[in-house]
Amino acid sequence: MAPPSSRRSSGFSKRAQYSVFTGYLLAGLGALLGLGLLALSLWQPSAFAPLRGGAQDVVTTVGEGPAVARNAGGSTWDSIKGYFNAGSQNAALREEVELARIKLAEAEAVAQENERLKSLVALAESEIEPVAVTRLVGSSATSSRRFAYIGKGRLQGIEVGMPVRSPRGVVGRVLEVARSSSRILLLTDSESVLPVRRSSDDTVAFAEGRGDGMVRIRLINLGLNPLEIGDVFVTSGAGGYYRPGVAVAVLTELSPDGGLARLVAAPSATDFVSVEPIYVPEAVNASEIGPQDSIVAAENED
Amino acid sequence: MRDRLRSPPQHSANRFGGGINRVQSPWRAQTIPYASIVIASLLPVILLADVMPVLPPLGFMMLIAWRIMRPGFLPLWVGVPLGAVDDLVSGQPFGSAILLWSVAMIVLELIESRFPWRGFWQDWFTAGLALVIYIIVAMVVSGATLTLPMLSAALPQVVMAVLLYPLLARLIARLDLFRLARARRVG
Repeated sequence: MAPPSSRRSSGFSKRAQYSVFTGYLLAGLGALLGLGLLALSLWQPSAFAPLRGGAQDVVTTVGEGPAVARNAGGSTWDSIKGYFNAGSQNAALREEVELARIKLAEAEAVAQENERLKSLVALAESEIEPVAVTRLVGSSATSSRRFAYIGKGRLQGIEVGMPVRSPRGVVGRVLEVARSSSRILLLTDSESVLPVRRSSDDTVAFAEGRGDGMVRIRLINLGLNPLEIGDVFVTSGAGGYYRPGVAVAVLTELSPDGGLARLVAAPSATDFVSVEPIYVPEAVNASEIGPQDSIVAAENED
Repeated sequence: MRDRLRSPPQHSANRFGGGINRVQSPWRAQTIPYASIVIASLLPVILLADVMPVLPPLGFMMLIAWRIMRPGFLPLWVGVPLGAVDDLVSGQPFGSAILLWSVAMIVLELIESRFPWRGFWQDWFTAGLALVIYIIVAMVVSGATLTLPMLSAALPQVVMAVLLYPLLARLIARLDLFRLARARRVG
């Protein structure tokens, strides 16, 4: 087959020569523009947030339908699976046991936390009202960054930095807020760092996303690695964003400085997520600089 | 834009369907490629991928497939507006698709001027190479800290992208038939 309209050789036609030249020129300028914008958005990640927010508002509205279908489809699949295994109850019960196990670990953590706090000072702790309860409607499925979108935004009172959790545990935190949608940084993203502690004692660590679905547990106090496979990690509350005692991950592999852990709350398996207010806004405000800035500052110091 | 394949309106009635009193709809002929690329950019957002990238970059695949199968239709600078749309929803930093899509258009144009006569296998090779390079470079500019596990997590995505090209080529052939269908009634 002849190439459809392939190379129109410009020949001696000045007009054709100019149009080819103009095409290259425009494309080259476009590439330079892209390079400039890319550099700007890597330097100032929030520079294009309003623009992105507009598009996000539209896309998340479309995404609501598939999100409902996904949850319905997922649960249908679960009950079919349950039926084939040992009746549909089986699946439900297993899920319940799993939840109960997580809750047990969390309760253990809470008890331990209480003990610690009581020894320091009597703090009145109130139940936290979520800002919004919603579904995850989409994600960045082609990018190597791990973002998810929810269909609630500034209008519903959501603010940047608020933790997002499912009934099982922490999912991530709000990164960008638009009018009626927000972008969430999932724990699996390689730029996500979360202060955690072992549920059974005070071993503190950082849970860093690896970009492949696992989180790396990095102990703060180096030395003999006290961790064991199967340890449950909960949020420590350091930094002020997350409230302490929410399940995060289960250790599956040991390494000299900590280990690899599997997330407790897989965002794709959850129906609803709740956005909670920042646990200690004063602590977050006091630091004045966001996590991104502190990384940049630390890099500049080096 | 400069589509040379526009079949003469009063030609045989069976090539692109319709009757003798039908001509192509100019709207359809001019918008289908752009619309399909934008839709392909938006589609992956609906999927919930929490563990690793699971879909190939559909928008970019659609762009190069149209570029390869209908050379001369998309103007050379089309990477700027279409890339901007992709950047708004893909989760990449804004500007990455504008840059990479523009560069891809220029490179494909150069390849085209070097090898005007190509077969399907060579097209597949070109597209496959473009996709592999695109996915890796997009990962580098995504702002993530590059690690070995992340590269291995992207491997399924790369393989799927390369293997999906022939399927996409068929889809585009269908879309092209639809695009050039003689749908508008004259007189």
